[in-house]
Amino acid sequence: MHSTPTSHTTDDALVLYGQRFASRLLLGSSRYPSPDVLQAAVRLAQPAMLTASLRRQNLQAGEATPNHFWAMLNELGVPVLPNTAGCHSVAEAITTAHMAREVFATPWIKLELIGDDYTLQPDTLNLVEAASRLIKDGFQVLPYCTEDLVLCQRLVDVGCQAIMPWAAPIGTGKGPINPYALRTLRERLEVPMLVDAGLGLPSHACQVMEWGFDGVLLNTAVALALDPVRMAGAFANATQAGRAAFLAGAMPEHHSAQPSTPVLGTPFWHQT
Amino acid sequence: MTAAALKVWVNNTPLELPGQATLADAVARFGIQPPFAAAVNLQFVPNTRYPQTPLSEGDRIDLIAPVTGG
Repeated sequence: MHSTPTSHTTDDALVLYGQRFASRLLLGSSRYPSPDVLQAAVRLAQPAMLTASLRRQNLQAGEATPNHFWAMLNELGVPVLPNTAGCHSVAEAITTAHMAREVFATPWIKLELIGDDYTLQPDTLNLVEAASRLIKDGFQVLPYCTEDLVLCQRLVDVGCQAIMPWAAPIGTGKGPINPYALRTLRERLEVPMLVDAGLGLPSHACQVMEWGFDGVLLNTAVALALDPVRMAGAFANATQAGRAAFLAGAMPEHHSAQPSTPVLGTPFWHQT
Repeated sequence: MTAAALKVWVNNTPLELPGQATLADAVARFGIQPPFAAAVNLQFVPNTRYPQTPLSEGDRIDLIAPVTGG
């Protein structure tokens, strides 16, 4: 007799600052071949949030043109996560965050404070101060940080209810380059953690989700794929698969082989 | 008596304005369309405060608009 598989309908929403999200994938909006491709990728992947940024608009008086990206964001209806990309000081990051809050009408901010232009490594010595001030100003801060345990603990101490450690430098696609530190971080801190930056393959996303991370944020791995739309779907599936595997609980690893077919009753056993 | 003209910088572009000009005047002259946000000398200025924000010689104004980002 065959048993019917049980349908699990357990609510497994991603919860950040008390807000629930159906998806555990956050997607960047940059470097796509065209706006249409970006739009199609977002529609397929259904990310929890879509990142965006702010830049100077240089124009001569009277030459203002409609902001097509803004129109697309409104049409897509996906929550926007503004970033402070390119900021190199606490003052720059805080001012940019306030400007983003007004433009995008959201308290969410992906706090990026760059300390090294070559690796785009976060400025770990000043990130905590920036996060602390923004939280006091009412922002819901998602800090882009390294996998350093003490740094992440300090970010939590000043009020970050979620953190975003990198897997590898932005845009490298290397996947998790320091699994020990990432897994240690996951084991030691209980706040939601999204792995942000450095993922290149869906298997990377699946891997960190299997380790118990709560979500992933990626951009380049999708945008620079030969078929970004298909890759967006692949990352969405991989993220879900990794999450399901984490919840299911992996088998313990063994050093020696373990037969999966019962040994008892093996035919011809010791007959020759 | 008319106040002397003042020179400010908007997104690194020089802009001549009448004396006693405000941030609202600079924004109008620059021609940027919403959505955007403004900062003067690295200080954010809410859009409701543009008319009440006087400018001074050499002020550096940043007007930024939504773009794609990662």
